[in-house]
Amino acid sequence: MKVALFIPCYIDQFYPEVGIATYELLQKSGCDVHYPINQTCCGQPMANSGCETESIETAKLFIDNFKGYDYIVGPAASCVYFVKKHYYILEQNADVQAVTHNVYDLSEFMTDVLKVNEINARFPYKVGLHTSCHGQRGMRLAQSSEINAPDFNKQKQLLSMVKDIELVNLDRTDECCGFGGTFCVFEEAVSVKMGKDRIADHAKNDVQVITGGDISCLMHLQGIIQRQKSTIKVMHMAQILNATS
Amino acid sequence: MELHAANAQKFIEDEPRTDWHDASLWFVRQKRDIQIKKVPEWEDLRELGSQIKANVLSDLDTYLTQFEQNATNNGISVHWARDAQEHNEIVLQILKSAGVKKMVKSKSMLTEECHLNPHLTEHDIEVIDTDLGERIVQLRDEPPSHIVLPAIHLKREDVGETFHQKLGTEKGASDPKYLAEIARNHLRQNFLTATAALTGANFAVAENGSIVVCTNEGNADLGVHLAPIHIASFGIEKIIPRQQDLSVFLRLLGRNATGQPITAFSSQFMKPMAGQQMHYVIVDNKRTDQLGREDFRKSLYCIRCGACMNTCPVYRRSGGHSYHATVPGPIGAILSPGFDLKKYSDLPFASSLCGSCTDVCPVKIDIHQQLYKWRQIVGNEGDMPASKKIAMKWMGKLLSNPNMYRIVGKLGRMFLSIAPRFVLYNPMNAWGKQRELPTPPKQSFREWYLTQKK
Repeated sequence: MKVALFIPCYIDQFYPEVGIATYELLQKSGCDVHYPINQTCCGQPMANSGCETESIETAKLFIDNFKGYDYIVGPAASCVYFVKKHYYILEQNADVQAVTHNVYDLSEFMTDVLKVNEINARFPYKVGLHTSCHGQRGMRLAQSSEINAPDFNKQKQLLSMVKDIELVNLDRTDECCGFGGTFCVFEEAVSVKMGKDRIADHAKNDVQVITGGDISCLMHLQGIIQRQKSTIKVMHMAQILNATS
Repeated sequence: MELHAANAQKFIEDEPRTDWHDASLWFVRQKRDIQIKKVPEWEDLRELGSQIKANVLSDLDTYLTQFEQNATNNGISVHWARDAQEHNEIVLQILKSAGVKKMVKSKSMLTEECHLNPHLTEHDIEVIDTDLGERIVQLRDEPPSHIVLPAIHLKREDVGETFHQKLGTEKGASDPKYLAEIARNHLRQNFLTATAALTGANFAVAENGSIVVCTNEGNADLGVHLAPIHIASFGIEKIIPRQQDLSVFLRLLGRNATGQPITAFSSQFMKPMAGQQMHYVIVDNKRTDQLGREDFRKSLYCIRCGACMNTCPVYRRSGGHSYHATVPGPIGAILSPGFDLKKYSDLPFASSLCGSCTDVCPVKIDIHQQLYKWRQIVGNEGDMPASKKIAMKWMGKLLSNPNMYRIVGKLGRMFLSIAPRFVLYNPMNAWGKQRELPTPPKQSFREWYLTQKK
């Protein structure tokens, strides 16, 4: 199984440890992992800001880098969502169709393709799961609280397999953290208030580590946590699933 | 362009009040969740509601003329208004020719949209809003901040102060029972002396020419039954084909709006009472423009339950007035740019695109997708700051060039690690105002990967 590893720009630049954990996890799961070395970004930042046409060249580059693999897997539901649902901005040739069809968020790749039912990891902490909105409502990795249908959460499903982990229930299970791409700077006041409120929910429920499948949300929460000098830690779920100690 | 952001920042300055506002609306959302989970076929109902609305919009002209025909046969005068001004003129003429000096009005967002009250006041006709929340904001000379809960931004102490100033209640009184009693007496006087009543309509049934008005206070009914003239103003999108379709929409509306199985009063008006005049004023006011926009047509499905506001994490923390539009919140942010793109260019960006609005919508409007699409239109032809456009252009160039991306990435990380704090956390750095920047690692993932491969 030839898997291309998609490491979004901000993980590449600021959170290499998340990329490393993902790389190791996929290797441990028996995948033949390749990292196309000329990758940059999916193109979402410009498009979400209302400048979709400025994303086209970046999206084309993405296709060039990732065509020809069985699967493309990234530890970022939001970026994967953009590739999967917004690459209508490109001419729909065979490569574009194949890439958008074969691209997966790490967690759904593990649950739906690899069908992982055992994880050799231990993480003896109280963990609060932040399911990103693009993961939940875009990729449908988890049921939304607004919908009257059976509950599921693919990320929770994976984290539950980790030894000694204590997954904490939050008061508001799927409220947005307020990152929202460039929303976080153009609507700074609301963005930070949303983040503070999210952190307060975790803190109230004695969470030691906030995790999730999107480090973009977590980067925003971490920025606030550090300013508040709180002791809550923030980690991508790939790091927890890969925690062998 | 940045109006919402600035208004929101001001709103949030009073953080305890923001928390209170957020909690009040979240409470309504939770009531809604409990109620909809009692209906096993809830998701089917949403789908059905959505499909009925799709059908209506695909054949709107036929349904409208059918409705008009049936209403006329029932003895109701039907008027057509192209825009707000025509609507206001029609209402004024009806009132003038009957010599009306005072009119009671039950909650109607359409008349807010048309700014009917000031128009009638200018012509010496007194208008009394009779929905309690609506009356409170009217006394304060404010627009509603929510389409279902018009005074949700006010605490009981605020209401007490308003009543003290306008209705002469005791200063400092904030007991809801006391205030409600005062309001009741005040409104009763007006109900008894008004000679016309105006209502909106939640639904207009094509097959029998009737309208349905949903309230929790019964104020629409009292107004209509006491006055010799009933005017109902509503938009062309309120049409539903059949009487039986009410069995879908009435179930969706009350539950999704406030978590009630059904609104306390769901009144259907079919024909004038003996001696009474009844008028319908059916308003376009740019709705047909929206109908013609394929990407945004579905916004006309809206049944005005307000759930997208209750669920919206941005609305809850910025208040309805921050949207500076008649209809605030997510639905307002996709309707308003259709009225005036330049004026409302900021609203599609007043969202984190979390998508909760779409999942809560009882008629499955793809609200957050439409917000995204409006952003593209603002980027192309709306009022987007030149600096933002240029920044996005450069970002696009940078991210489509692997070499440049790597060099800038490396330089950026270096800069972050050596620059003094006052340089990094300068006033231009919106991220750093209340957040720390991430600590830059020595190696990027790519650099690590290449060392592994050696």
